[in-house]
Amino acid sequence: MASLKELSKKQELLSSGHRACAGCAHPIAIRQILMAANMPVVIGCATGCLEVTTTIFPYTAWKVPFIHSAFENSAATVSGVETAYRALKKRGKVDKDIKFIALGGDGGTYDIGFQSLSGAMERGHNMIYICLDNGAYMNTGIQRSSATPRGAHTTTSPAGKVILGKREFKKDMTACMIAHNIPYVAQAVPSMWNDLMAKVQKAIATDGPAFINILTPCRLGWGYPPEDTIEIGKEAITACYWPLYEVEDGKYKITHKIKEKTSVIDWMKKQVRFKHLFKSGNEGILAEIQARVDQDWEKLQGLCVV
Amino acid sequence: MAKKVAMTGNEAMAEAMRQINPDVVAVYPITPATEIVQIFASFVADGLVDAEFIATESEHSAMSVCIGSAAAGARTMTSTSSQGLALMWEMLYIASGLRLPIVMAEVNRTLSSPINIHCDHSDTMGARDSGWIQIFSENAQEAYDNMIQAVRIAEKTLLPIMVTTDGFIISHGMETMELLNDDEVKGFVGEYTPQHTLLDVEHPITVGAIDFTDYFFEHKRQQIEAMNTALPHIVEIGREFAKVSGRDYDFAERYRLIDAEIAIVVLGSTAGTAKVVIDELREKGIKAGLLKIRVFRPFPEKEIVDALRNVKAIAVMDRSDGGNGMGGPVFEEIRSAMYYLPIRPLVVNYIYGLGGRDTDIELIEGVYKDLQEIAATTNIEQPIKYLGVRE
Repeated sequence: MASLKELSKKQELLSSGHRACAGCAHPIAIRQILMAANMPVVIGCATGCLEVTTTIFPYTAWKVPFIHSAFENSAATVSGVETAYRALKKRGKVDKDIKFIALGGDGGTYDIGFQSLSGAMERGHNMIYICLDNGAYMNTGIQRSSATPRGAHTTTSPAGKVILGKREFKKDMTACMIAHNIPYVAQAVPSMWNDLMAKVQKAIATDGPAFINILTPCRLGWGYPPEDTIEIGKEAITACYWPLYEVEDGKYKITHKIKEKTSVIDWMKKQVRFKHLFKSGNEGILAEIQARVDQDWEKLQGLCVV
Repeated sequence: MAKKVAMTGNEAMAEAMRQINPDVVAVYPITPATEIVQIFASFVADGLVDAEFIATESEHSAMSVCIGSAAAGARTMTSTSSQGLALMWEMLYIASGLRLPIVMAEVNRTLSSPINIHCDHSDTMGARDSGWIQIFSENAQEAYDNMIQAVRIAEKTLLPIMVTTDGFIISHGMETMELLNDDEVKGFVGEYTPQHTLLDVEHPITVGAIDFTDYFFEHKRQQIEAMNTALPHIVEIGREFAKVSGRDYDFAERYRLIDAEIAIVVLGSTAGTAKVVIDELREKGIKAGLLKIRVFRPFPEKEIVDALRNVKAIAVMDRSDGGNGMGGPVFEEIRSAMYYLPIRPLVVNYIYGLGGRDTDIELIEGVYKDLQEIAATTNIEQPIKYLGVRE
């Protein structure tokens, strides 16, 4: 991996001036992805925060080819671009080596785009799907998705007098993609830029489909000061809420060892979306969430044992 | 040298796709269009074409793949019917809005519910405002010829295009027809060289940007203009095709219409039945005629009015209902098109053949009988009738 100093000299392929919120993790992740690529890429993106903040006509923040068609079909659309590339390369109309990256938020990946993603991965397209998981439909004003964590307040899982935020645990999307038996699957967080970029480079080098699930903290939906994005992402890792790991040809590996596991409850305390859970009488829910994180972490460690 | 063959509509459309040999075909199976997909898949498996063939997990994804592929600069085709077209609906508008020249072989089948696999035009009529060019075919020959022309029309106008046949009646009915040689088709469709593509990485473009109140209307206006001005291109490409094939194609076919006093307007296979009835009536001295609309989108308003202006009474046949209490969509558009004429023909509507209900010679004879009476009395008792239904 190049040093930060070297990376700072590389051309930025996502220009400044886009309209993402201060403290948004999406552009941070995208800049890391594009810096890691080291070869021509074509980007496809689902409808969502990233698309609406980077492509307001007549402007575009993208210095690489970019396509957005709809919400639920980023994977299918990019699989079409990749198919065209293979067809035209075979017929001698394109000579360059190009890699294809589909992007989607958690809504566009875990929910409405699940089928399209599953289909594209099963068909074995030579493409990378990257989910930018900020844990809710943030673009439409913070509604629950199947990626929203248990207990979180959103506008469609509100913390009320009777119901205390989202009642269900988050879908394990990374596991769903591992179950597709594709060559490369990983989880990352932009807080750990070297880990994220190394994973993108592995995905780019993969011949076939790859999936990376990136946790992208959302200061607005999660409720924390915008300057804390990197820190809150780091704590998601140390609390084992979002372990950094990869599965390469079926082999699991934790890519960032946890020296001292921190409490998921402490992490939640820093976010307004969980505020209601810290009122007296809700300790049971917090304990339940901690127990689930512990259980998942044990399970993952078990899978990583050779 | 033309080759005479016996083929079903589906075989004819698949054969056209083989000869066109596009860059990418993305499809999902659905009755009664499945055969097109199957036959093309076997062409790929046998190495008769070198197109990339993608069998997706839904029609929504099939159209999404087509959109990605066409935006990447590949000549792209698909095929569907009925529910499949309905599932594509969101993406139909995106394909046309992005001005992507995708070609679709569409086999007309009714929409659920009740579920039914047979022909009516409710599927394609549901997509009539989606910004796609729509060309209807009377038989397998026309389906084949229209598919070949469709490639040129789409790439000339930068609008997606659907070529339709009537489910089972044409898709599965075997007919004698003529094929062009592979070289003739190859020469006619030519090479596709798009102006901008996603794969031109040295000149990156953003496709599908968010377009607010300050630009959206201008972009939509350009798209509308492309449809408004598409007809002369379709007619010109039809003329060029006639030079290769010897078969004439215009916006519509006028059958014994020049001196007709009564006429039917219809799309698709029922035109064939109407022609038989017209020949019988003409022998009896009854001046009956037919206007078979080939190009429904863009709607050839001026040409249709010119073709029908001297007819006394017209029956517009709709193989779908508009659901608005005002009859079928073809009827509404033709009646509206007549509005500016100083003396307007009398126009009535027959909704026929829903869910594949057979529309036979007797039923069409009944329509002409009604028209004779309307022409004689100038009195319309019932402007909208449902043909061949128990009620």
